[in-house]
Amino acid sequence: MRPPGTVLLPAQGLSVGYDRPLLQGLDLQLVAGRVTTLLGPNGAGKSTVLRALGEARLRLAGQVWQAPGLRLGHLAQAAEGQAELPLCGRELLALTGASADGLPPWLADCLDARLDRLSGGQLQYLRFWSIAAAPFDVLCLDEPGNNLDARGLAALRAWLHTPPAGQAVVLVTHDDSLVDAARQNVIRIPS
Amino acid sequence: MNLDLIFDPLFRLPFLTGLLLAVWLPVLGLYLRLRGEWLAVLGMAQLASAGALGGAVLGLPAVVGGAGAGLLAALAKWGLKRPSDSAYAAMLLLGWAVAVAVMSNHPLAEQAAGAVFDGQLYFTGGGHLAASAAVLGIGVLVLVRAHRAMLRARVHPALGPPGAATRLAFDLVAGASVGVAILSLGVMASFALAFVPAWRAFATAPSWRSALWRAMAMGLTAYVVGFALALVLDQPFGPAGVAAVLAVAALAPPWRGLPGGASRRR
Repeated sequence: MRPPGTVLLPAQGLSVGYDRPLLQGLDLQLVAGRVTTLLGPNGAGKSTVLRALGEARLRLAGQVWQAPGLRLGHLAQAAEGQAELPLCGRELLALTGASADGLPPWLADCLDARLDRLSGGQLQYLRFWSIAAAPFDVLCLDEPGNNLDARGLAALRAWLHTPPAGQAVVLVTHDDSLVDAARQNVIRIPS
Repeated sequence: MNLDLIFDPLFRLPFLTGLLLAVWLPVLGLYLRLRGEWLAVLGMAQLASAGALGGAVLGLPAVVGGAGAGLLAALAKWGLKRPSDSAYAAMLLLGWAVAVAVMSNHPLAEQAAGAVFDGQLYFTGGGHLAASAAVLGIGVLVLVRAHRAMLRARVHPALGPPGAATRLAFDLVAGASVGVAILSLGVMASFALAFVPAWRAFATAPSWRSALWRAMAMGLTAYVVGFALALVLDQPFGPAGVAAVLAVAALAPPWRGLPGGASRRR
């Protein structure tokens, strides 16, 4: 973990996309202990920005600097691989080296259940936790509030309000309550 | 029907050879299913069978021909631009066509085909046992290193796939295992051991650890039943082994509601 306030990942003039740019000229500075929120309409390229931080092929222009050995954790928007898979919550956490300490009690009781036996909200919070509580330096969280009920959203808001001091967080969300909780650095992306 | 045959020292070596494969193939099948590649076993098995028959025509030892052909089949799989069930089905068809063509045109290949298609486990020797132990040992080493990355790639694809070296090592182990297995157990019994226990364990096991134990237990039980059945009824191992795998999978308890069993949907 890096000291709070350390710039972990600066990006300048970033253009991302596949065949053509979805988004151009984005400047980012991801700092340990801070949350950077990307806001914008569907299709603006927010999720692609998150992927491009780890995948050079999606960067069409601009520069991203990463300190050697920087570890990027990425929570994708969709949970696809868990169906029909004999994997329990405890094993999911072990795959990323995430600790179960700090899990909300309503989820700690479910750690021995198969992932495809969990509710959508339980699964989503566990997926989030498997990234957030793992030893990553930069956390890319794409719509972590999907499927969460009021209790799950409250736990997520509390986490975003005081993120781990040594980790930089970049958040994509359409949920205003999460934006408010994480209001440290908000970047609005035009359509 | 002669029950004494089961304990005949003559069959100890073949029994041990099959035992190692019966433990290893279900584990391999779990990881192939994890990657959505269960049909690849049959594709590689058919390609390996064609290679093994070709090896027999060239005078290569059966185990060398089978393992070599399995490795080549794995490289073919590795080289696929778009790995998919359709590609594995094409491998299967190509392997079958070449194997039948070789078998029909060369008497040596026709003999080897008996082992590959019927599963003549009872005629295997020390070379088969050594090869089975080797693929099991190397396979376990590869999985110890690759296990975490392979599972992580399934549940968190955004974190990236396992490294290229890991994927190649796994494919080569899978190919060599299939190549060795088809020469001992036969193509379809090998496929059954790799496919059925993993299929059942995926549906019922409460955790990955449990799935590994359950798949191995099913493979082992089915193998012992199939081995005894084939000996007592004087049949090749292949069909007896396949019937035993299907029967054990169908009769295996769901383990739901038992300690450590699959929990109910919440």
